[in-house]
Amino acid sequence: MADTMELRDIEVWDGNMAASQALRQVQVDVVAAYPITPSTPIVENYANFEANGYVDGEFVMVESEHAAMSGCIGASAAGGRVATATSSQGFALMVETLYSASGMRLPIILNVVNRAIGAPLNVNGDHSDMYLGRDSGWIQFDAYCPQDAYDLNFIAFKVAEDHDVRLPAMVHQDGFMTSHTAQGVHTMTDEEGFNFVGEFKPMNDMLDLDHPVTHGVQTEEDWHFEHKARQHHALMTVALPKIQETFDAFEKYTGRKYNLVEAYKVEDADTVVVCMGTSVETAMEVVDELRAKGQKVGVVGIRVFRPWPLEQLAEVLKNVKAIGALDRSSPHGTVGMLYNEIAGTMFNTGTKAVLTNYIYGLGGRDLTKVHLVGIFNDLKANMDAGKPTTPLQQYIGLRGPKLSFF
Amino acid sequence: MLEIRWHSRAGQGAVTGAKGLADVVSTTGKHVQAFAFYGSAKRGAAMTAYNRVDDKIIMNHEKFMSPDYVLVIDPALVYIADFTAHEKENTVYIITTHLSTEELIASQPKLEGKKVFTVDCIKISQETIGKAIPNTPMLGALMKVSGMYEMDFFKENMIRVLKKLPQKIIDANMIAIQRAYDEVK
Repeated sequence: MADTMELRDIEVWDGNMAASQALRQVQVDVVAAYPITPSTPIVENYANFEANGYVDGEFVMVESEHAAMSGCIGASAAGGRVATATSSQGFALMVETLYSASGMRLPIILNVVNRAIGAPLNVNGDHSDMYLGRDSGWIQFDAYCPQDAYDLNFIAFKVAEDHDVRLPAMVHQDGFMTSHTAQGVHTMTDEEGFNFVGEFKPMNDMLDLDHPVTHGVQTEEDWHFEHKARQHHALMTVALPKIQETFDAFEKYTGRKYNLVEAYKVEDADTVVVCMGTSVETAMEVVDELRAKGQKVGVVGIRVFRPWPLEQLAEVLKNVKAIGALDRSSPHGTVGMLYNEIAGTMFNTGTKAVLTNYIYGLGGRDLTKVHLVGIFNDLKANMDAGKPTTPLQQYIGLRGPKLSFF
Repeated sequence: MLEIRWHSRAGQGAVTGAKGLADVVSTTGKHVQAFAFYGSAKRGAAMTAYNRVDDKIIMNHEKFMSPDYVLVIDPALVYIADFTAHEKENTVYIITTHLSTEELIASQPKLEGKKVFTVDCIKISQETIGKAIPNTPMLGALMKVSGMYEMDFFKENMIRVLKKLPQKIIDANMIAIQRAYDEVK
């Protein structure tokens, strides 16, 4: 029996500590991990908790991130509650196995501390790794601050392990801006935290020797398509309602409310920025400041990135007149992901909103409040003109000559 | 919103200092943030750490800051780091140095006309803790200059923050904090 840890109602934790405390409280059975900056402290803290008797679990040291996720897949298929963490190049090395985990319908929780992908080598936060994972069949939650990183882990386990869902889930947080930023985090007691998720109930586990099953089979043209279709079907029809239901349950349990799409002062807003991670909160502060000057502005944060909340986002943006899509990842050869997703979301809705794209914050480059005010000024001009007054894609915070496309 | 910027070398404990301060402030019901700029920093590389304190929840995650206090915990950084960046008219500087305040300003004219306090956190930590970890003494100096908290309250909470360290290290830190509180000018 694991020891209980006494926590204060509010602990000053960075995002990494918040995530590892959640892993401890849900009593993860197996963590197979290969540490990489800036996610290292998550698995390091878990190992510390495990070594000091606060978790009845196993910490498996492996030789790479590919092996880390492979170990998680084995442990999950065997019938355990499983989690790990990674970032950046480590995430990239893990990609092959991510598809195995989702294809085998294994409810593994992966904490991704978002970081740039080199070259050039860079340890700081952007969303390149998060974007890389978006077709891998995982549920992807996005935290904007340490409190979110804590809460969303409990929610992720609850959703992923549901027998109707059985899909792995990532909990993303911004490298350094969340992972190494200490803020007040409202905690649950160990008992409360564990009880929200409950005991792990295995399904088709390999260690159930009375009911032998095969995992990781080969299917060629005869069955591969049906497998992938079922997986997609589960994400599209089961996961989203289950996430909403879990958000609702979590709000009842803790008073803290999460939404598939986080809309801040959007209801009567003319211009809105859509973004992810810490930028959402910074933009909320800018929205307050601009509203005090009478500007009808708002911010939309994507809380659940996969499955994409298409209908919910279309509803939120239906009356907006100009939208700025803010991508913290280089799309290398096209418009940003959020631009594309929002365009796809709005195309058949009859909207007349003007949509433009901003690439910002690569490799940890600061997104300042001044930048955001500039973007809202652009959007206002677009709204007044009824068409883009700027190039479709611009860079924010880039030194040297202004760079823009389309 | 109260904003503090630390100038330090990696390994001197600025991050621990900033997080410790945030922890203590949080117990009074205020909202806090503590973070740092890291590169793939080597021990000894110049770096910065930050605190924000406010009565309402802190949503701002920009790294840009116009600090109310600048805390320099390595004596050489006032000559090589941009420690006055984005200063305000009334920014207060607390600087670790073996020089007097007058001698320091004479050696670094950027400090002329500013609110400057000096304290030798390196010497204090060497004499009390036994090595040059100038973070906790700087917090003692900050308590004196800012009047943020009573010394007893602050030390009591710092004991909790440092609880994982051996008792004699905790005791040495308390002496260091008190000395810096008494010696800052």
